Amino acid sequence: MVETRGTAVEVKLPSRMGFEKVAMGTAASVAKLMGFPDDRIEDLKTALAEACINAIEHGNQLDGNLCLGVILSASDEALEVKVMDNGSGIAKAPSKPDIDRKMHGEEGPRGMGMFLIQSLVDEAEWVKGAAGKGSYVRLVIRLDKESE
Amino acid sequence: MQSETKAKVDEVLGANGTPVTVLRFTGDISSTSRDTVLGTYEGVVKSRPVLIDFSKVDYINSSGIALVIQMLMEASKADQRIAAFGLTPHFQKVFTMVGITKYAALHRDEATAIASL
Repeated sequence: MVETRGTAVEVKLPSRMGFEKVAMGTAASVAKLMGFPDDRIEDLKTALAEACINAIEHGNQLDGNLCLGVILSASDEALEVKVMDNGSGIAKAPSKPDIDRKMHGEEGPRGMGMFLIQSLVDEAEWVKGAAGKGSYVRLVIRLDKESE
Repeated sequence: MQSETKAKVDEVLGANGTPVTVLRFTGDISSTSRDTVLGTYEGVVKSRPVLIDFSKVDYINSSGIALVIQMLMEASKADQRIAAFGLTPHFQKVFTMVGITKYAALHRDEATAIASL
C-alpha cells in the first residue's frame, strides 16, 4: 500500500462540462490508494462530479476562462475534497427533491446535485467566499464507515 | 471529454408475447444528451411498454437523471409502462435515492426485465 497519510493532490480544471471526469478519476485513484472499498469510491465519484458541475455551471457561470480547483487531502481516517470556484457560493441548501412533484411538473426535473452530494458522502459543507467570490464545497468520506 | 450519447431502438417480445420497445443507450447521459434521450423516446410507439437499457452507459450525472425523469413523465402521460435494466449497483442506489423506482422498476438484466412485462 502506498503511504498516503498527510498527502494532498491538487487538480486545476477548466470550467467546461466533462472535465469533472478528470476530478472523478483523480479522486478514485487517491481513494483506492487509501484503501476505500469500491462502493465508497463510486459514492465519492458521483458526489465530486456533482460538486464540480455546480462549480462549473453556477460558480464559474460556464466561463471557460475560469478554472476550478480540486484539492484532495488524505489522512489516516478520511479523505477530504475541496472544490473551489470563483462564485459567491449558495444562499441556502435546496430542499430534498420530491419525485412526485417532479413527475407532476410542480418542480423542475433537475436540482438533485446537492441532495446527491449530501447523501453520498459523510460530510458536505458549502462555504461562501469572502467578498462574494472564492467559495468552495468541502466533502469528506471516512475510512471507518462500513460499506453498504 | 464527454462520451457521446448514442441510442438504438430494438423490439423484443415480452413474457406474454406482446412487443416491447427497448431503448439501448451507450456513452454518457448528461446535460448534452437531451436530444438523443428525449428525441429517441419521442419516436417510440406509446402503446407498447418500454425498457431502458443502461448496460453500456459509462456515466450518468444529475442532469442525465433529470432526462430519465422527463422520459418517465412522458410515459406517465401516455399511460405507458416503463422499466430499466443494466444499471450498476451504485446507480441503482442513486436512482432509488431520488425516487425513480416509484415510477420505473429497475431490473438486474434484460431477461428479468422482459419477464416482468
